[in-house]
Amino acid sequence: MNKDLKDSTPTDSEVILGILNNSEIALKRLYIAYFPMVLQLIINNNGDEDDAKDIYQEAIIVLYNKVKAGDFELSSKLKTYIYSICRRLWLKRLSQINRYGGDIRDFQEFLPADTDEFDQHNDRDMQFGKMESALRLLGEPCKTIVEDFYINNRSMQDICERFGYTNADNAKTQKYKCLQRLKKLFFQQK
Amino acid sequence: MSDNELLEVIERYLNGEMSREEQKSFELQRKENAEMDKKVIEHKLFNNLLKQYGERVELENRLNAIHEEIDVHTLKENLLVHPSWIVQLWRSHHSKISVAASVAIFVVVSVMYLAGSFNNNDSKYVALNNKIDKQSKDIKALSNDIKKTTHIDKFTGSGSGFAFTSDGLIATCYHVVQGADSVYVQNVDGSSFKAEVLYTDPQKDIAILKITDNQFKGLGPIPYSFKKGESDLAETISTYGYPGGKPVYHNGVINASTGLNGDSVHYQVSIPINFGNSGGPLWDSKGNIIGITDAKEGHAEGEHYAIKSRYLIDAIHNIPADSLNERVNLNRKNTLSGLSEDQKLKREKSFVFMVKTYNN
Repeated sequence: MNKDLKDSTPTDSEVILGILNNSEIALKRLYIAYFPMVLQLIINNNGDEDDAKDIYQEAIIVLYNKVKAGDFELSSKLKTYIYSICRRLWLKRLSQINRYGGDIRDFQEFLPADTDEFDQHNDRDMQFGKMESALRLLGEPCKTIVEDFYINNRSMQDICERFGYTNADNAKTQKYKCLQRLKKLFFQQK
Repeated sequence: MSDNELLEVIERYLNGEMSREEQKSFELQRKENAEMDKKVIEHKLFNNLLKQYGERVELENRLNAIHEEIDVHTLKENLLVHPSWIVQLWRSHHSKISVAASVAIFVVVSVMYLAGSFNNNDSKYVALNNKIDKQSKDIKALSNDIKKTTHIDKFTGSGSGFAFTSDGLIATCYHVVQGADSVYVQNVDGSSFKAEVLYTDPQKDIAILKITDNQFKGLGPIPYSFKKGESDLAETISTYGYPGGKPVYHNGVINASTGLNGDSVHYQVSIPINFGNSGGPLWDSKGNIIGITDAKEGHAEGEHYAIKSRYLIDAIHNIPADSLNERVNLNRKNTLSGLSEDQKLKREKSFVFMVKTYNN
């Protein structure tokens, strides 16, 4: 990666178009541009660099999903938007771990919170958490078969070869068995 | 039609791989058969969730790769300007620092003072092992017999324990499992699972169990998180455990940040910790684990103790890597805060176990 690219802050519309077009470079420029701002917020408010990474990535994911869903309207600077999300996420985390002393040192201006959006994000996060543990409990080779077929869109033919199934029917039966078990594991969780 | 065949048909339908006639007749079936319609919708939602989950994992990997390229250390140095940072820290926190320093000095002095008498006082601790005598064993066996009619549960000791990973790692007290020939854990529904002792720290009275039973299907995501730091005096706390073999909830407050004779491993708590409570979880009001309920003092009635969670976290990090399938990642997302006590307990309950020990 050349130096210019790393140092330049992308414009807000470059970022949004970049995300819509799945541009790896735009994502990288976005990430590099605003990480220091978030690191500054977190380490000066009782957090460490790992907390900063967690919070920042969660905020980028919120932004990313919102842009992808097509309902993103930029009513402020992108920088302010990202800072506001991180601020909110960090306040929540602080109060969860009882480290919140009642005030927070701010370094940027920020927007008031949008509760609906956050609940939505939390719900989804919880579902993903369940899926992750269901997949882990599923074990091999089921986990790979399900991931290959349903997530990575590999063909049945590919999967047959990878796992040495002699015919496509066997592989198919196995695939459905795995999926049934995954569903069961997923819905069992409270 | 078998489940698999049905799934295959649903998949073909959702992927648009059916001929027109086939599609029509399938849609007709769907209309008439509510069960079928439900399955189609469920499959579609689940499939989407799985896809989105895949996309999320991929995005996280991409972000992690980008993160690797950032020199976080240097950045951090630049953002925390040292002299003024220290000055600011002192300015805004000097009262807290002074208090902390005087407490530290006090603790050091009192520990030094008491260190000599520590060893003699060990006998004052009465381990909360639930020794059930012959008679009550028979009664228990009888009542279990009525419940299960299959086998008689003759455990020789019992305590409590709670899960910290969804694949069945459980924290409890060392004295609960000390000297046991075999260990079983029983969940809120009354099912028992075989477990083995994975790691112990006798000094801190901590033991880590692992459920090895092949009937065990795993737990959902752990709802509570784990607090590293100390909790404050007078903070509201709660516990749930199996004193005398039956599930009981209690709440109270932290009375002191030290245990018997100023030992800094324990909190003193206002919760009555009875036989069988040992090894149970201690939560703060947000639902973070802040300790493990532990032995009671022999002489002064009404003084109860809990081991601070910091020592549990240390113990978890000390589990030898070769006895684990994968590194333990303690849950950092607390999904309980904001819920009322009864709602919280409803979700916490299934992660707390009765620990039963057997001696041949």
